[in-house]
Amino acid sequence: MLHIPTWKRALIWAVVAAGVLLALPNVFYSRVESHNDAARAIEQSGATPEREAALAGWPGFLPSGLVNLGLDLRGGAHLLAEVHVEDVYEDRMRGLWPDVRNALRAERDAVGPVRRVDGPAGELHVRLGNPEGMARAMEVVRDLARPIVSLTGVGASDIEVRGEGDLLIVTLSEAEQQATDRRTIQQSLEIIRRRVDEVGTREPTIQRQGDTRILIQVPGVGSAAELKALIGTTARLTFQPVVGRTDTAGAAPGAGNVLLPSLDEQGVFYIIEDRVVVSGEELTDAQPAFDQNGRPAVNFRFNPTGARKFGDYTAENIGNPFAIVLDGEVISAPVIQSHIPGGSGIITGRFSVEESTQLAVLLRAGALPAEMTFLEERTIGPELGQDSIEAGALACIVAFCAVLVFMALSYGLFGIFANIALLLNVAMMFGLLSMIGATLTLPGIAGIVLTIGMAVDANVLVFERIREEMRTARGPARAIELGYERALSAILDANVTTFLVAAILFTMGSGPVRGFAVTLALGIITSVFTAIYVTRLIMVTWFDRARPKTIEV
Amino acid sequence: MRLRLVPQDTSYDFFRYRTITSGISIVAVVLSLIVWMVMGLNFGIDFSGGTTIRTESPAAVDVGAYRGAIDPLGLGDVRITEVFDPTFGPERNVAMIRLQAQEGQESVSAETIAEVEAALQALDQQLTFASVESVGPKVSGELVRSALIAVGVAMLLIMVYIWLRFEWQFAVGAVAALFHDVILAIGIFSVLQIRFDLATIAALLTIIGYSINDTVVIFDRLRENLRKFKTMPLVDVMNLSVNETLSRTVMTSGTTLLALIALLVLGGDVIRGFVFAITFGIVVGTYSSLYVAKNIVLQLGVKRDWSKPDAEAGTQFGDADA
Repeated sequence: MLHIPTWKRALIWAVVAAGVLLALPNVFYSRVESHNDAARAIEQSGATPEREAALAGWPGFLPSGLVNLGLDLRGGAHLLAEVHVEDVYEDRMRGLWPDVRNALRAERDAVGPVRRVDGPAGELHVRLGNPEGMARAMEVVRDLARPIVSLTGVGASDIEVRGEGDLLIVTLSEAEQQATDRRTIQQSLEIIRRRVDEVGTREPTIQRQGDTRILIQVPGVGSAAELKALIGTTARLTFQPVVGRTDTAGAAPGAGNVLLPSLDEQGVFYIIEDRVVVSGEELTDAQPAFDQNGRPAVNFRFNPTGARKFGDYTAENIGNPFAIVLDGEVISAPVIQSHIPGGSGIITGRFSVEESTQLAVLLRAGALPAEMTFLEERTIGPELGQDSIEAGALACIVAFCAVLVFMALSYGLFGIFANIALLLNVAMMFGLLSMIGATLTLPGIAGIVLTIGMAVDANVLVFERIREEMRTARGPARAIELGYERALSAILDANVTTFLVAAILFTMGSGPVRGFAVTLALGIITSVFTAIYVTRLIMVTWFDRARPKTIEV
Repeated sequence: MRLRLVPQDTSYDFFRYRTITSGISIVAVVLSLIVWMVMGLNFGIDFSGGTTIRTESPAAVDVGAYRGAIDPLGLGDVRITEVFDPTFGPERNVAMIRLQAQEGQESVSAETIAEVEAALQALDQQLTFASVESVGPKVSGELVRSALIAVGVAMLLIMVYIWLRFEWQFAVGAVAALFHDVILAIGIFSVLQIRFDLATIAALLTIIGYSINDTVVIFDRLRENLRKFKTMPLVDVMNLSVNETLSRTVMTSGTTLLALIALLVLGGDVIRGFVFAITFGIVVGTYSSLYVAKNIVLQLGVKRDWSKPDAEAGTQFGDADA
């Protein structure tokens, strides 16, 4: 009667074994952590004896995924920044003004003298000397518009022009505003990531939140103030003349020159004149584009001063390469094809579309594109985190033992079966947490403790049901079978509703609450699995061996 | 020797005094609402904005001296509380300092915090700052909103699920029980002025999850018994169902409470409010699944004749896995 096919038995034990195996690295947390760090370091910058030793500390064939510890457990800094995306509109308008002025000056006869007047932020207001020329002026300014390169905004242009009396008003189009916002955030993320990566802490979290916010969590940083200082530093972008190219790291650059590594080509170095032609502060925009031959390229634009310097330099140096240098690394060294007047140019090279997008981001990433306000700042000291881990671990162990004893006392042998399942349950939970790389927070530990308490529920439901069925059913085997069968609907209903709550917590919550939702949800999955399959399998295996005439639950 | 918290066969009459139990629940809910209105909640910085600084020192905490050091900085309302915990020991003295959100600033600026830290360190050189957290009013407003939405959506989904699996009367009973639990929990937070923050919302949602779990298990048995004993009066079927599942109810609440009490005592002060909320909720939730949910189903009545085809109307998924 109590038959479980062999393949099913094998499958159940395989799942359990996989869960336990995945959980194993967490038992040797610090050893596995240094193993992982060493593996990463060797991949990046070669092996050293210490790294080899750390790598050997954990066998490579075993899984090495760990449960990440949240900031509240590890200590570190947390910032939520709001990016003022509108700042960029204003910059764009400022950059556009010289072009508008030049274009209108050429039509002076029709539109009269023009001057810029103050308008709301993000709008360019131009007063025309001759209002009758408005139609012509609008036409001329519209010619300056560039088509937007984006997936959604096909056919749209970047600026909108309207006239009010003698005022010509230029604004960014809605599609362009959205595209700009997206770029601004992406750019800010990129800069922040570069800044934070420079200090080389382990696993910083830098992610977009909502439309205009960025969440930054860095374990191990002393304080939020320190982190803010780090992010606030601007990157230095320069355009410099190139003397030559080499692949020897120690080559002597010669007087007045410097030797700089290439950003993306391993082992390639450039000899650069130590003279800045134009610097990144004078760049107003850079965007991915395509050249005349349809190959990916990057468009960029300087402000008027930068444009003049750049124009003069390119006129004198056609055919020579110049280097785009970011923080002491050469991003690329294109050859100047022609004189580039007007301050906008195009960088071509052997780019893929992704690379050109990346380069545009990097170019713009010189300085933070817009101001940021910090909406949330949290610093958690490492000692406090350590205390929380210790307190949480102690509570877990005590809770665990209490539940084990309670179950054994209440249900005897069956209670011990449930206890084995509970042990496996917790192991599998840690295994799953490691596998998906979830972050364990302090409320997450509470979630685990709560799961320990609630995990026995499914078993209790079954055991109580078996007790009842024992009174009516013909023999223990039938009682066990009926117990499982009839308790199933209650188990499923009860756990589905709790799972719904966990899912809502996960979608709506943030930070620590999310960590709690994850452990709660995983706990539900593993506890239902262990109750329905594992305990049952243990019980059936025992029953097959012992063949008891009667059972006492 | 087997531990039995509940005798093997019980036939307690749970619904004899249902006017009293309903009355107690209504009074408790009304009292909680009044307390909530009158005393308000002690919102943490997640919900009201501001800064908390946690200090630790081997020297004793002198709240008056701390206040004397911070007041000259002119930061408005400053609350200083000493934190006690059985795990601390005499060498560890902890205080929480709470600064209000500053005018015109999204989060309290690093300079302000540095000033406060300097002022306190002048008082006690060994003082360390275990954590500094600052939340701006803009974010805190949004956090309140999304927290309320989370609780609302959770209740709605649960109601729909129970309606699909059972009958609408059950859904009403279950959700009334949830409101009862959540409001009582908020009431106790208000009375004891325990800090109410994001983690508390998570605790409330956990209470919802646990309470519904409990309610559903008894409902499940009730549904089964309603089919088995078609002519028995509803109140007797209910009593039977509750008695049959009593042992399970006590066992599960017992193990969960055991685990939570361990966490409450040993888990440290940082999450004590959170754990307290859940512990309280489990007790109230167990009570409400026995009384509030069942009293309401009893009041509303249930369609009894399950044999007719149209009886399947509200339970088309009920047999999916039974």
